[in-house]
Amino acid sequence: MSATANERTPAASGSPHARRVLRILLPVMVAAIGTAAWEFVVRAFDIQPYVLPGPVAVIRTLAGDWGVLSHSLLVTLVTTLEGFVAASLGGILLALLFNVSRVLEYSLFPYAVILQVTPVIAIAPLLLIYLPQQTAVVVCAWIVGFFPVLANTTLGLNSVDRNLAGLFQLYGATKLQTLRFLKLPSALPYILGGLRIAGGLSLIGAVVAEIAAGTAGAGSGLAYRIVESGYRLNIPRMFAALLLLSLAGIVIYALLALISHLALRRWHESALGKDN
Amino acid sequence: MSDIDIAIAGNAVSLAGVTKLYDNGVMAVGPFDLSVRRGEFVSLLGPSGCGKSTALRLIAGLALPSSGRVEVAHRRGEARPGHRIGFVFQEPTLMPWTSVGENVRLPLKLAHAPAAETDARVAEALARVGLSEFADSYPRELSGGMKMRVSLARALVTDPDILLMDEPFAALDEITRFRLNNDLLALWRKLKKTVIFVTHSVFESVYLSQRVVVMTARPGRLSAEIAIETSEPRGEEFRTSAEYADYCRKVSAALAPSYAGQSAL
Repeated sequence: MSATANERTPAASGSPHARRVLRILLPVMVAAIGTAAWEFVVRAFDIQPYVLPGPVAVIRTLAGDWGVLSHSLLVTLVTTLEGFVAASLGGILLALLFNVSRVLEYSLFPYAVILQVTPVIAIAPLLLIYLPQQTAVVVCAWIVGFFPVLANTTLGLNSVDRNLAGLFQLYGATKLQTLRFLKLPSALPYILGGLRIAGGLSLIGAVVAEIAAGTAGAGSGLAYRIVESGYRLNIPRMFAALLLLSLAGIVIYALLALISHLALRRWHESALGKDN
Repeated sequence: MSDIDIAIAGNAVSLAGVTKLYDNGVMAVGPFDLSVRRGEFVSLLGPSGCGKSTALRLIAGLALPSSGRVEVAHRRGEARPGHRIGFVFQEPTLMPWTSVGENVRLPLKLAHAPAAETDARVAEALARVGLSEFADSYPRELSGGMKMRVSLARALVTDPDILLMDEPFAALDEITRFRLNNDLLALWRKLKKTVIFVTHSVFESVYLSQRVVVMTARPGRLSAEIAIETSEPRGEEFRTSAEYADYCRKVSAALAPSYAGQSAL
């Protein structure tokens, strides 16, 4: 018995750490092998950069065109941020209104769903007719980001512990007190989950609108650069802009995940270690 | 004590012909009559689903009776019901997102009590249940028994006249339950609160209360009342006494008809 226990202890304490290293190491290795293979194929078959640029060429373009690309990155990020903030505030406020008024919820919720299920790429050209381009792009980012915040916040506000609600009732809590001390804190994990989805979607909304607006030619975001570079057969720059978009998406997601973790780490199951 | 309204003749709680019919047509309670004297420790004992929790919620004002009258003695000049009633739920029912101290402070915060006063009262309530050192801990860091103590401290922090307890110790292991039973009795002797304690344990009801009210199966009605008259204070030696065993036998016999017609599972 004791021999088995002795053998198990070091293995059990060592394995989570090893697993964490593997979880980082394995995807990095996949990326390294994939990139190397890509570069090898491009060189071995002497593929021209306007057909398929190798990773080295993409990185070189990224560095060489940094002036243009960084400006475009900034434009897209600002659009995404504006759309994200509007989606977050709009989604949370509307969910709060729905929570207060059944009539309002029944009247408006179907339209929130319709806005969500209609593909934004189909709405964008219309918005571009009626709104100034920059506004239209932000509105697109808002439309796609807003629903997950609304839906998640609504779910969170409705998931309040029944006994805790009874306790608040017993102590004569006002509606505002119940909202502040009970409903919002219990909804917080759900809201943060919604924000995490909305962050990525806002970027997608911004990109979609930029592409739709691209042919109108007034934009300067990353998606516009991709469209423009495509017309000019500047394929390396297309890849460089795409790389930047992916990186931006990853950073947005990681930031929101970090915020969520920091806000919940002391109490919520999702942020606690598995062995707790 | 002098400022307590004497309108209902020394009773802290009185229920007369109370029924509760749920929306789905289930008759949960009644008609049910009950009077509890001020300072008395009464247990409501009955099979699961007999409406004893519903009776407690009716007394707390968390549910309204379909018919009949619920009267709870109140101090003059206090409009809000929370001040005179403390409620301990079946689960600890703590807010997981905030510390033990903040959980206990909640009733005072909701009543807009001045901060200087609340600090002292929170500390006092936590000291009463022996958790002074855990004010800054989070609920998830505590054991089941400790969480229940926090719940009890929160119920005591407003210095209520009546303590309503809904099977508070049912989910705890036996040793923890016995300890909390003793602590609750000590608190009751010291603070002289009226306690209405819902349980489905014959042994717990006899050990704790001055009077055991046995309820029928749903819809819950009063089936029998048994006064537990022993020398005070009760302690662990009472748990093993012949007297205790006698009372348990008596209460079990009174409870048996409530289970008649149900298959023994």
